[in-house]
Amino acid sequence: MMSGFKNLLTTVFCLMLAVVLGFAVWSIGAEPSPVNLPGHLSENLEKSGVEHPVTAVLLNFRSYDTLLEIGVLVIAGIAGISMARTSSLEDPELRTSDSLLYALQRWFVPLMLLLAGYLLWAGADRPGGAFQAGAVMASTGVLMRMGGIPMDFLRPGTMLRLGLTLGFSVFLLVALASVWGGEAFLAYPPALAKSLIVVIEGVLTFSIAMVLLALFVSAPINRGVEPEEGERG
Amino acid sequence: MIEWVLDGLLVLALLVTAVAALWSRDLFRAVVVFIAFGLLMALAWVRLQAPDIALAEAAIGAGLTGVLLLDAARHLTGKHPDESDGGSDREAGR
Amino acid sequence: MTPSLLYAFAGVGLCTIGLYGFVRLAHLLRKLLAFNLIGSGVFLVMVGLAQHHNGPDPVPQALVLTGIVVAIAATALAVVLIRRYFHLSGQTTLAEPARGNDEGASQSGEDRQR
Repeated sequence: MMSGFKNLLTTVFCLMLAVVLGFAVWSIGAEPSPVNLPGHLSENLEKSGVEHPVTAVLLNFRSYDTLLEIGVLVIAGIAGISMARTSSLEDPELRTSDSLLYALQRWFVPLMLLLAGYLLWAGADRPGGAFQAGAVMASTGVLMRMGGIPMDFLRPGTMLRLGLTLGFSVFLLVALASVWGGEAFLAYPPALAKSLIVVIEGVLTFSIAMVLLALFVSAPINRGVEPEEGERG
Repeated sequence: MIEWVLDGLLVLALLVTAVAALWSRDLFRAVVVFIAFGLLMALAWVRLQAPDIALAEAAIGAGLTGVLLLDAARHLTGKHPDESDGGSDREAGR
Repeated sequence: MTPSLLYAFAGVGLCTIGLYGFVRLAHLLRKLLAFNLIGSGVFLVMVGLAQHHNGPDPVPQALVLTGIVVAIAATALAVVLIRRYFHLSGQTTLAEPARGNDEGASQSGEDRQR
């Protein structure tokens, strides 16, 4: 009985929410917006250092959001890794179970890494950028794991720590350097904007890929104990 | 006119796959339909003239999230972990 | 009414479906799927509503891009937690077991965590 009443209550509430949200969307959409953002953006695009407007927004005009985003990613990565209970980073069952996948990896992995590099570079003047490239790199790592390749670089050690911290720390360093130089936080000097964006995008890609891959690898729970640091189990 | 038909069908497909993903009887099938929902979202982003988001949604929403959830679904509908381990995990999990 | 507004309404629909599923479904993984649906709905509203009058607008597109990456990090962390919870308690829902106080602590932790 109570569950029937709760069901009815939830349905009514969700329908009311849908009506209210729909009405809100309709009334906001009825009048034109007071600010013309795309116009402002196209005027200031040359000062940003890249030609693609979305990349310019992500890494120059609203780079604070990207800085916070990579910070959130690092926190999530730390939380996920600390809960990991995988005894070995290689799952021996996977390697023998699908020999076709294991063989195809030799072709897929280099191509996917190349694709990630292209996406990173193409973000300057066409759709692409650090996030897409980081996602493709993480997918490459996931493919390697599905195929049963041991990935020692994911053990707690230098590479993992570097991957987790490099993106956020380089970004923060660039941001603070502007403060020391006398300008605002995260204001790139216009002459250096393009090279700074390239550097930041590179480390962001690496960091995003490592965090997503570490979170993926932390999910399964194998029998056994956690590997202590320095052990090669 | 033809664009309205395309957009209308895409919106309808989005809503139907969303409902199907949540209320499928089998968990594995729910995740597979969720991957399909991710791909349809990538199409929606293309229709909204946002190719960057379409790339990211295809790679992340359909690719990474899909594999992650498929792996989880397979293990969550498997046997209870205590049965297979013979009790060693129960002590460890305390 | 441009097609963008239609997608904004689709976003509203997705938010509602996702919220209803999040509240009503018991299985934790299905709650996670519903949570992702709410996220996708919010992204559609953000971009669809902004691009309704002015055309393609890079600022909400950049924000949605950031949002997608944060959403998958949150989903991955949630999967780690769900699998750990299943490993420790053998359950895939947050329902009260018939006996025992042991699961009480982990349950309230999960409830608060969202």
